[in-house]
Amino acid sequence: MLTTLNRVIKSGFMNFWRNGWLSTATVLIMTITLAVWTSIFLTNVVLTSVLNMLAEKVDVSVYFNLDTKESNILSLKSKLEGMKEIASVEYVSAEQALLIFKKSHAGDEVLIKSVQDLPDNPLEASLNILAKDSSNYGVIADFINQSAEKSAISKINYTENKIVIDRLNNIIGVLRQSGAAAGLALAFIAFLVAFNTVRLAIYSSREEITVMKLVGASNWFVRGPFIIEGVLHGVIGSIFSLAIIVAVVAFLGPKLLNFLPEINMINYIGDNFWFLLLFQALGGIILGVFSSWFAVRKYLNV
Amino acid sequence: MIRFENISKIYNSHSVALKDVTFEVKPQEFVSLVGRSGAGKSTLLKLLIAEEKPTGGKIFFNSQNVLKMHNRELPSLRRQIGAVFQDFKLLPNKTAYENVAFAMEVAGKSEAQIKSDVCKVLDLVGLKDKMNNFPRELSGGEKQRVAIARAMVHRPSVIVADEPTGNLDPINTWDIIRLLLKINELGTTVILATHDKEIINALERRVVSLENGTVFRDENPGRYILS
Repeated sequence: MLTTLNRVIKSGFMNFWRNGWLSTATVLIMTITLAVWTSIFLTNVVLTSVLNMLAEKVDVSVYFNLDTKESNILSLKSKLEGMKEIASVEYVSAEQALLIFKKSHAGDEVLIKSVQDLPDNPLEASLNILAKDSSNYGVIADFINQSAEKSAISKINYTENKIVIDRLNNIIGVLRQSGAAAGLALAFIAFLVAFNTVRLAIYSSREEITVMKLVGASNWFVRGPFIIEGVLHGVIGSIFSLAIIVAVVAFLGPKLLNFLPEINMINYIGDNFWFLLLFQALGGIILGVFSSWFAVRKYLNV
Repeated sequence: MIRFENISKIYNSHSVALKDVTFEVKPQEFVSLVGRSGAGKSTLLKLLIAEEKPTGGKIFFNSQNVLKMHNRELPSLRRQIGAVFQDFKLLPNKTAYENVAFAMEVAGKSEAQIKSDVCKVLDLVGLKDKMNNFPRELSGGEKQRVAIARAMVHRPSVIVADEPTGNLDPINTWDIIRLLLKINELGTTVILATHDKEIINALERRVVSLENGTVFRDENPGRYILS
């Protein structure tokens, strides 16, 4: 058993080496396929974080009447914090609102002076609510409208921004779905290219397979070396592919950083290097082994 | 030892390869199958190593019905029969040594035994100095000698040779025939399919003549006579 395994592995390595050009071509196709798969994965990471950034820009503020007691506001805050749809609730008191207002209008002396001349703070206390998913704002707004604190509320800006929020939600949804569909389609095409390359390579060995069977080789003895070759194609392809991805990210990463300072691809690759290597190597091995297995099967029936 | 019983092989109504063929081969016999191209010689040999299945009939090898064998049992059947083909059927990516060793590797023989036996057999066929050459670096006659070495290295009880000299010049042809005779003298049954009249008449061994898929003459010793 061990002798046979040893022979199969040795034979796989030897065929890989002696099939020079065919192995090179298969490894190159495997490299391209894995690079496409990884690019789709990384594009998805970028797209997801861009969409999340967009979604985080959408929040809803609840403004309270000037005479509302802080305890009322805090009671609504804690009720909201209990909702599973909500990511965070931030309380901005009237005093804080005034400070923020002064800070953001620091250059505008007329405006600052007119606010200071007023006897009371004209700004209302508010709760800034960030939902886990921007499509949940409708539910949250309904909840607030039905709460006991409803009478203390002067306005909810969701109602005003509803159209913009809904439109943004639609765009995010469409982008996510079409991104996933395009990614899947491209990944499938890349798979077909690699799969058929392996099939063609094994097609060229079909007579050898017959000869091996006629000399008395068992199915495993014939199939084994092809599967070892598949593993080699996958592993070498994944190393090349990772090298390409690292080079491309090293080149494009800084440019992307200029557009989207929140997305640092170089750090992402650095943090996930081993995961990416494993992802590619496993992808390559599964692809190589599956294609070889399937392609050889057809010619074993002798 | 080998018995074909009412064997027929019909590809379609216009192409009948064998019709009701019955004959027996005894241990250590040297039997020639003769006939024109398309008479059914190759088909008979393919049926014996289960490369193809007959439409009807039975084939016994050492009293085992080949047709009843499960796919899993075929490798062990084929390891008891050494096959030599007109087009050599060597593995192009393996050297002469590795091609011969392959027949022993599939049977799980030890490295030490493989090394000693393969060298001996390659010496016997006169190719010891070319054992590290690939098939593309060998002449037709040399390739066929490698194929014979591969067929005999695991000491099968039968060697079937399907037109082994079909692609060779007269000198190489006689080298191959002499090898087959030598193997037969050492106790191995040989079944030789050929349409080479000169060889058959010089051999003076049993001849089974096939025509249109049927046996029309079976003589020992026989000559090459076609109707």
